[in-house]
Amino acid sequence: MLYLQILVNGLLLGGLYACIASGFSLVWGVLNVINILHGSFIVIGSYVGLLAHQQFGINPFLTVPVAGLLLYGFGYLLQRGVINRAVGQPVLVTLTLTFGLELLVNNMLIAGFTADYKKVVLENPFGQIELGALFVPVDRLLSMVLALLLTGILYWMLRGSKLGRAIVAVRMDREAAALMGVKVNSIYAVTFGLGALMAGAAGSMMSMIYPISPIISTAYLGKAFVICVMGGLGSVPGAIVGGLALGVIESFGSLFFSAELATTFSFVLLILLLIFRPTGLMGRRGYE
Amino acid sequence: MRRFDTILGPLVVLALLIGFAFVGDNYFLRLATFMLMYAVLALSWNFIGGMAGYPSFATAAFFGLGAYCGAILQKAGVPMFLSWAAAGLFTGVFAMLLGRAILHLKGHYFAIASLIVAEALREVVNTWTELTGGGMGLNLPVLQMDVTDQARFFFFAMLVVAASTFVLSAVVIRGKLGFGLSCIKQNEDAANILGVDATRYKVFAFVLSAVFVGPAGAIYAGWVNYIEPADAFDVLLSVKPIVMVILGGAGTLYGPVVGAFAFLILEEVVWRNVLTFHSGLLGLLIVLLVLFMPQGLIRVTARRLFRRTAAP
Repeated sequence: MLYLQILVNGLLLGGLYACIASGFSLVWGVLNVINILHGSFIVIGSYVGLLAHQQFGINPFLTVPVAGLLLYGFGYLLQRGVINRAVGQPVLVTLTLTFGLELLVNNMLIAGFTADYKKVVLENPFGQIELGALFVPVDRLLSMVLALLLTGILYWMLRGSKLGRAIVAVRMDREAAALMGVKVNSIYAVTFGLGALMAGAAGSMMSMIYPISPIISTAYLGKAFVICVMGGLGSVPGAIVGGLALGVIESFGSLFFSAELATTFSFVLLILLLIFRPTGLMGRRGYE
Repeated sequence: MRRFDTILGPLVVLALLIGFAFVGDNYFLRLATFMLMYAVLALSWNFIGGMAGYPSFATAAFFGLGAYCGAILQKAGVPMFLSWAAAGLFTGVFAMLLGRAILHLKGHYFAIASLIVAEALREVVNTWTELTGGGMGLNLPVLQMDVTDQARFFFFAMLVVAASTFVLSAVVIRGKLGFGLSCIKQNEDAANILGVDATRYKVFAFVLSAVFVGPAGAIYAGWVNYIEPADAFDVLLSVKPIVMVILGGAGTLYGPVVGAFAFLILEEVVWRNVLTFHSGLLGLLIVLLVLFMPQGLIRVTARRLFRRTAAP
């Protein structure tokens, strides 16, 4: 029964991980840019949730759209103004650029909010559902459902809408898409904005679950990366599978080892995966 | 004649540095020691990043590992020089094992995998309280020495490591290994076909990028007498060498040294007044370099040295 409970806990967390990784994976797949800022985007989303809760007593679930839209705007402008100039250049250039931006943004966050750990504690907790001996906290269930819903919308948007098809077209062949009349730079900016939106939305919900501090942004980045490698690059279903898998694995990992070693654990896992199954769990080649 | 130049130049610098150690005051000795440390980090990164074209972010991992290895051994009573050498050996072996695991990755994958190494090590050090002191950090035995003598001692220790790194760089760049690495950088598949054992060469370069960073970390630990995980595994230790090498010229022999010198001056002049926004300003500098000097420092060297990756 304990194992079932741990499995459920892992799946609940995994939904949020899927949401985080889908945005990261989208940007990586379409722009061929590793967004080192992704972790800080999540942290900003968390602070939106925290501030709204502290100042106005608003539940962080309600700030999900606010955080999402705010980060969409931020991401869009950042891509338009700064990163677009470097897209298509060698890995070291784009990587160094987003790393520089991460240092800048993260330092601003520390200056503004300090590096202390904070957390949203709800006055009216949602309580939990009991299924026999199984406990399911309602807030976590809600955040998992909402996170998976958002990821599903992203998936549907990419497959079904005109904008989504344009994004996929740019990912497949930038030159051909440009010749077909797709405004590539603007698609890049929208894509980067969408990635930031997913991070902000997940971050807002994360504010109830994870400690909030600018210094955990690298841990989030590491998770997003591990999920991408597990699920295969650039695919939303891959991000969902990888996210849920990482949630479950971390959950069992902290049972057998220590919760403080979560990053180490996922890193060792990543190394093993790269050695034994380099194409990801979904069997797609991606890491070359 | 050319051979004479390449030996004479560094020797003059070396003589100046040694002479400087007996003239400079504590402040300048501290600065010079930092410069030598940065030169070690930059020259080391140059093996894997500049020569082989693999964007490694593992320098902080090697540095922290060396610092902790040296500190723990010294606390256990091992003589100082031996503990520094052990730090180098340990870091080198670690790099060999890690390299075998992650060096078959390319581009972004390699970069991020190497970046997470330092994070993972920091977690381990944080958690393993009995051995490492955890988040409380580790105090090292204080040397029974006059303050200026001490500053001079660590300056010379760092000088020995920096000079060794430089000499080895010179040997590698002119030798078969350097040639093989530049083949890998230009086209790894072609290099493989032509008989360059790419995997072995890359692992070798990765080990070279670690063996001197480890002792530098250990010396740093003895120098500042106190280390903690956040300090020893600081991610900036991975980023700064890259900026230095790019500033100076990647893949060249003198570039990393010049870059380290320029970077230190920049750091000292600009940032010592804004301690709380140190990393933010470094970030801003990086962004400005990439955006507004695309033809200048970064792009020219980067384009020559790193193949463009095709967008998928």
